[in-house]
Amino acid sequence: MIQRVAIWLSYLGALLLLPLFFDSVLAISIFNQMAIAIVFALSYNMLLGQGGMLSFGHAVYFGLGGFLAVHALVMIEFETVYFSVVLIPLVGGLIGLLAAVFIGSFSTHKAGTVFAMISLGIGELIAASSLIFVGFFGGEAGVSGDRTYGPPFFGIEFLRDVEVYYLAAFWVFLATLFMYLFTQTPAGRMANAVRDNPERAEFIGYSARRVRYISFCAAGFFAGVAGGLFALNYEFITEENLNAATSGRVLLMAYIGGLGYFIGPIIGAVILTLMNSLLSNFTDLWMLYLGILFVLTVLFLPRGFAGFIMMHQVAWIRGKLTTLAIPYLLTGIPAGVFAAAVIAMVEMSHSESDAFNFLGLSLDPGGALSWLLMLVLASASLFATRSSLPQLRAAWEGANSLPGDETE
Amino acid sequence: MTLLSLRQVHKNFGETAIIRGVDLNIEAGERHAIIGPNGAGKSTLFHLISGLHHVSSGEIRFKGEEIQDKPPYEISRLGMARSFQVTNIFARLNVFENIRCALLWPEGLRYSFWHLLGRQDPLNEKTLAVLEQIGLADKMHYPAGELAYAQQRALELGIAIASGAEMILLDEPVAGMSHSEAEQAVDLIRRVTQDKTLIMVEHDMNIVFEVADRISVLVYGEIIASDTPAAIRANPKVQEAYLGEVVSGA
Ligand SMILES: Nc1ncnc2c1ncn2[C@@H]1O[C@H](COP(=O)(O)OP(=O)(O)O)[C@@H](O)[C@H]1O
Ligand SMILES: [Mg+2]
Repeated sequence: MIQRVAIWLSYLGALLLLPLFFDSVLAISIFNQMAIAIVFALSYNMLLGQGGMLSFGHAVYFGLGGFLAVHALVMIEFETVYFSVVLIPLVGGLIGLLAAVFIGSFSTHKAGTVFAMISLGIGELIAASSLIFVGFFGGEAGVSGDRTYGPPFFGIEFLRDVEVYYLAAFWVFLATLFMYLFTQTPAGRMANAVRDNPERAEFIGYSARRVRYISFCAAGFFAGVAGGLFALNYEFITEENLNAATSGRVLLMAYIGGLGYFIGPIIGAVILTLMNSLLSNFTDLWMLYLGILFVLTVLFLPRGFAGFIMMHQVAWIRGKLTTLAIPYLLTGIPAGVFAAAVIAMVEMSHSESDAFNFLGLSLDPGGALSWLLMLVLASASLFATRSSLPQLRAAWEGANSLPGDETE
Repeated sequence: MTLLSLRQVHKNFGETAIIRGVDLNIEAGERHAIIGPNGAGKSTLFHLISGLHHVSSGEIRFKGEEIQDKPPYEISRLGMARSFQVTNIFARLNVFENIRCALLWPEGLRYSFWHLLGRQDPLNEKTLAVLEQIGLADKMHYPAGELAYAQQRALELGIAIASGAEMILLDEPVAGMSHSEAEQAVDLIRRVTQDKTLIMVEHDMNIVFEVADRISVLVYGEIIASDTPAAIRANPKVQEAYLGEVVSGA
């Protein structure tokens, strides 16, 4: 119990203190994106990780919430309605909920392929409608508003990004807390049970469909909250925010982070936001690297980054975590060099300019020397990585074995 | 008082008739065993009673209410619980959660998303009590899918009995257990079904004669006899159809 409170307090502390340590415009803008992504990815995991529903259309609830939130900003601006913009995420949430109440009433009938296909179909349908109903969705340009109108909130008018950040941080904390608490309720626990075995759930009194429906509505609500946060932060929204690409990205976030852990999607949201905003400054191939990261995660870390961290619990409890540091470096360094060399070659084949700077090296895509160097580096580091694996395996077994095991 | 009654129940899978006109009355408080050769339709009969499958024709009443068209969760809420011949648990939930889930509806928590499970003291105490009964208290933090076979069978039974339902259907509850494990399980079944109504499918005749106070013999989808254990033993029709070799040795 005390441990749990401590975790939540450190989460709150991190949210509050981050902008004090990183206060550049770029950093604040990245934090705002992270905040949005965290709520969105957590809501997605209510479906997939907690409820066993693979959705290819979760952006619908994010996007619809976001569109209505932008329209609400406009209405506040023109004084059609009168409330503070701090409540905008709630507007998004209610719209997400409304959409989920309607769509979930038929899509949660079955899990599995049927659910996945319906989610894909609905996603395409809504994305297509957004280009047809231009009055509401604004066509390809989208719709925009201005968060600085409306009654000031205790003197704050949200002119500065950092003010938006603290508003977002408030909502992120609240949304995370409520999504966590949901997992601790009968409806939340039965969502896990139905995920594992919908048939048996029906013999202990629960309609599997109703259980899925409740999770689905909750997921729609929180996706809408994320959409509302998006509207507040960017003050505009377009069709791109409810199409299949956005739905795919939230799936990647949750998966890479780890579906089986509550904290997984938070990790995934942070990693992907960082990749998105930092990597995209250096290369326009960042989507390719994201794809590779996803494939590698599926192959080697099926339980995501959170699962990878949790793997170390035993070693941690036995106080042997430090024995892994050197072995990790022995494998990690050549593996990192290998990745860098491969990336260098990918960038060289993609590059249109003559020479470019890569991690302090000047590479020339036209010259044989650069290619030869990278090829040799890649082969050598791959070889080094492979030959380092036995020592890593041995160290891992050593760290996870009981003291008594060694005498056998 | 008749708790469960089946009238002319038929079930076809495509062209094949699997259950062919079953009539059966189960009195409240009765311990009833259903025996019969493999493929006779015993499990199918359980599936019909519990709502997993629906009858092709005929009527099933539980507490006077027609249930043949109801989904499993409505029948379960009326006070009928069951176990499965093939282990059917929540594999990724831990053992504790498996049992607690089975208690949620009977404890009145329904689909609530405003109660925190950690604060439901009576619920959690009852869960622990069931875990003690089925001998899995020391395994309660293990994911159910990682238990040994016999432990999974114990959990299977635990999920069925946890709710305290008035009527309990057990489909070969001790199949695949070692002799001593089976003995323990039978002991447990007798204890927890003390003031309940029990229908049990079982192959081991010693167990059947030990537990049941009435036995029905199902052969090719028909009940050929339904009587006390002593009368069933003596029934020549039963001997011929099924019991012959099995009982003579015992
Ligand atoms: N879903 C089904 N579809 C088609 N045939 C089935 C189905 N379920 C059971 N059967 C058939 O019904 C017969 C009775 O099966 P079952 O009720 O499992 O027998 P028992 O439990 O008495 O061994 C078997 O021949 C089986 O193959
Ligand atoms: Mg059977």
